[in-house]
Amino acid sequence: MAQVIVVTSGKGGVGKTTTSAAFATGLAQRGKKTVVIDFDVGLRNLDLIMGVERRVVFDIVNVIQGEARLSQALIRDKRVDTLSILPASQTRDKDALTREGVGQIIEELSADHDYILCDSPAGIEKGALLALYFADQAVIVTNPEVSSVRDSDRILGVLQSKSKRAEEKRDKVKEHLLVTRYDPERVTRGEMLKLEDVQEILAIPLLGVVPESESVLRASNTGTPVILDQESNAGQAYKDAVSRFLGESVPHRFLEPERKAGLFRRLFGGRAA
Amino acid sequence: MMSWLDFFRARKPEAPPSANQAKERLQIVLAHERIGRTREDFLPRLQQELVAVVARYVAIDPGKVAVNLDRGGDMSTLAIEIELPGPKTEQPPRAAAGQQQQATAG
Ligand SMILES: Nc1ncnc2c1ncn2[C@@H]1O[C@H](COP(=O)(O)OP(=O)(O)OP(=O)(O)O)[C@@H](O)[C@H]1O
Ligand SMILES: [Mg+2]
Repeated sequence: MAQVIVVTSGKGGVGKTTTSAAFATGLAQRGKKTVVIDFDVGLRNLDLIMGVERRVVFDIVNVIQGEARLSQALIRDKRVDTLSILPASQTRDKDALTREGVGQIIEELSADHDYILCDSPAGIEKGALLALYFADQAVIVTNPEVSSVRDSDRILGVLQSKSKRAEEKRDKVKEHLLVTRYDPERVTRGEMLKLEDVQEILAIPLLGVVPESESVLRASNTGTPVILDQESNAGQAYKDAVSRFLGESVPHRFLEPERKAGLFRRLFGGRAA
Repeated sequence: MMSWLDFFRARKPEAPPSANQAKERLQIVLAHERIGRTREDFLPRLQQELVAVVARYVAIDPGKVAVNLDRGGDMSTLAIEIELPGPKTEQPPRAAAGQQQQATAG
């Protein structure tokens, strides 16, 4: 039986797809059979971030409507062989997703996978609700910014009331906080919420902190999940988060400003990374 | 003249740190929203009912009801200001303004 993990946030544009791609790749690199599903029907993007956009033939809606078999729609990753991707539809709308249809797909994938990652769309409507419905665990992607923290709190409430586990009164969905786009320099200057503040407010266990990093844009430009760029701090932070997810205790990094870079920028007025 | 040391001190004195405000505001708004999840927020209904009670005694102009709700950490304030029409012959209606009804809820 696979574990179903939803990557969600409420707020849009905080890094869910970036995280889903990195996390799925990271789990697969650790030998776990992993599939990542794009739930953002109508606005599919995971295919681009994973670099498989030219290989998409069928999508999740085709499978639900019986136009293709699941095995036909799954795209095997060429870099990590334990990883596959189920793309969202670009042309249909969210109503094409049904709870029964998604349930069947998850059940079928469950038989031969360790992890099923669900990349949620923004918001708290149908697509987002379906993405989290079957979850056993949730990665809450949060930026250190008021609206993102508030929406994360909101989505935590939804997880606790509208997930299948909540409806069936089983053990609650296991929650993990992933703070992304963290800028230690701005935190030091008092311009950005501190990690401790976000943790104190949301009060769920911390899985990791991903710094604001130029490498993320570079990764999306090339269709390479950022975790494959182990030179980058964001890639390393995602790798640490995957290790923690798998039960290892890894110290948090990239929480303090990089000293040399900071001084350099002050003297020469360069832009923040 | 600016010494080179000044360069390393307060670089942007005009922008006070705002992260603390962010934290305080979040703590207050979330405390309220978390309550709203388990039981309905009663303040909007309280407001409607209060106005309805006043309307039973005097004909009030719905356009002349000002409601101010301030959700705080320890205490919230609901201030309802209803303009009551004055006796037509003695004074113009506007002069009767400013009679207040206040309700405080925690
Ligand atoms: N750690 C980071 N550093 C810098 N940029 C980042 C970081 N994480 C994400 N981004 C950028 O933020 C933008 C949004 O990221 P992403 O698409 O992953 O968010 P999302 O939550 O999936 O958005 P949506 O809600 O639209 O699905 C992208 O441009 C991405 O490159
Ligand atoms: Mg996305």
